[in-house]
Amino acid sequence: MLTKRIIPCLDIKNGRTVKGVNFVDLRDAGDPVELAKIYSDEGADELVFLDISATEERRKTLVDLVRKVASTINIPFTVGGGISSVEDVEVLLQNGADKVSINSSAVKNPQLINDLAQKFGSQCVVVAIDAKQIDGEWVVHLVGGKVPTEWSLFDWAKEVEQRGAGEILFTSMDNDGTKNGFANEALAKLSELVNIPIIASGGAGTIQHFVDAFKDGKADAALAASVFHFKEIEIKTLKNELKNNNIEVRI
Amino acid sequence: MKIVIIDYGAGNIQSIMFAIERLGYKAVLSSNSEEIKAADKVIFPGVGEASSAMKMLVESGLDTLIPTLKQPVLGICLGMQLMCKSSEEGDTKGLGIFNVDVVKFSNKVKVPQMGWNQIYNLSSPLFSGITDNEYMYLVHSFYAPLCNEAIATTNYEVEYASALQKDNFYGTQFHPEKSGDVGEQILSNFLKM
Repeated sequence: MLTKRIIPCLDIKNGRTVKGVNFVDLRDAGDPVELAKIYSDEGADELVFLDISATEERRKTLVDLVRKVASTINIPFTVGGGISSVEDVEVLLQNGADKVSINSSAVKNPQLINDLAQKFGSQCVVVAIDAKQIDGEWVVHLVGGKVPTEWSLFDWAKEVEQRGAGEILFTSMDNDGTKNGFANEALAKLSELVNIPIIASGGAGTIQHFVDAFKDGKADAALAASVFHFKEIEIKTLKNELKNNNIEVRI
Repeated sequence: MKIVIIDYGAGNIQSIMFAIERLGYKAVLSSNSEEIKAADKVIFPGVGEASSAMKMLVESGLDTLIPTLKQPVLGICLGMQLMCKSSEEGDTKGLGIFNVDVVKFSNKVKVPQMGWNQIYNLSSPLFSGITDNEYMYLVHSFYAPLCNEAIATTNYEVEYASALQKDNFYGTQFHPEKSGDVGEQILSNFLKM
């Protein structure tokens, strides 16, 4: 059976991990490569690196990081943040990234999805969608949930699938940071609507939330950051509990 | 030992290079027939779309070279699919090393299959030391059905061949370079052949 995936997300600024991490045994808690190695050893199925730096040198720093990660870990990883062109993607893939995630640039220029899928294959194109509810409607937002777009979550998901996205990373801005669970209703609807894998993001607080995202939300993978970084949930424990709940995982 | 990764413009080559380095070897990238022929081991990578990858192979003349190679050859992912007789993707004629036609998953399951799935019915020195039901990382929309040359089986909607072997030619649908320590063991087995 294809297993459900657990994906820790690391926020990167100028080549360093942001958001404090609570790993006492880590020599350098800000070193993304060291953290990536630990997660990989603990049984993470994939990793996501989200670059939030805004400096001129960001591209070079990110490429250096991708090379270091790819040379160190032997599981797949996705790189996102500020990617807006075929050239951006080419250099990341050439240096060992497995997938890239695009968000605002896809909304601004949907053709980018087609171009990337055609040149590199759908398997490496993850479209990240941030959405929140306005008057009961799920509306796609940009700039970390600040700017609403014309798109409804479900229309946009269908659109990106048709344009060749290989996977959708759906973050519910309503749930993100609350630790109250994932947006399972919207997730389940998305999962029925499109035929590409859905990664659930936003709201993880307990192990039960992951169980619910897979059972009720029908998600193919679940992503979280702080619960892993602060060791509130250990990946090994999480996967064992998922298995106890009859959810297929790689142990 | 000389390891050559065939360079024809398709594939996440860097990950394979790094995986080989982690195992203590060095690989070179090449599209040169003489260099490929002289190698001890040849790796034939590939991601992307079948017909355009095949076109690049034909343009470089590698389509006629690869089936004549005598040393161990390992095709990975699309590389494996191109070693088959044909692929439904882009109605592509393959290299015909494996006597099987690659077809697409139906829309009853999510396509691409993306993630970790088990391999079983393992029957090749490629899997020496590997037990049935280990998890491998796979990303693909097309698959090789079960056939005489299958050396590993995976189940996703149907049971299919997730690895193939004929004589000195090996192919894996999964990515050993991205499949954790077990994947590295498989790669190491290949390099020690």
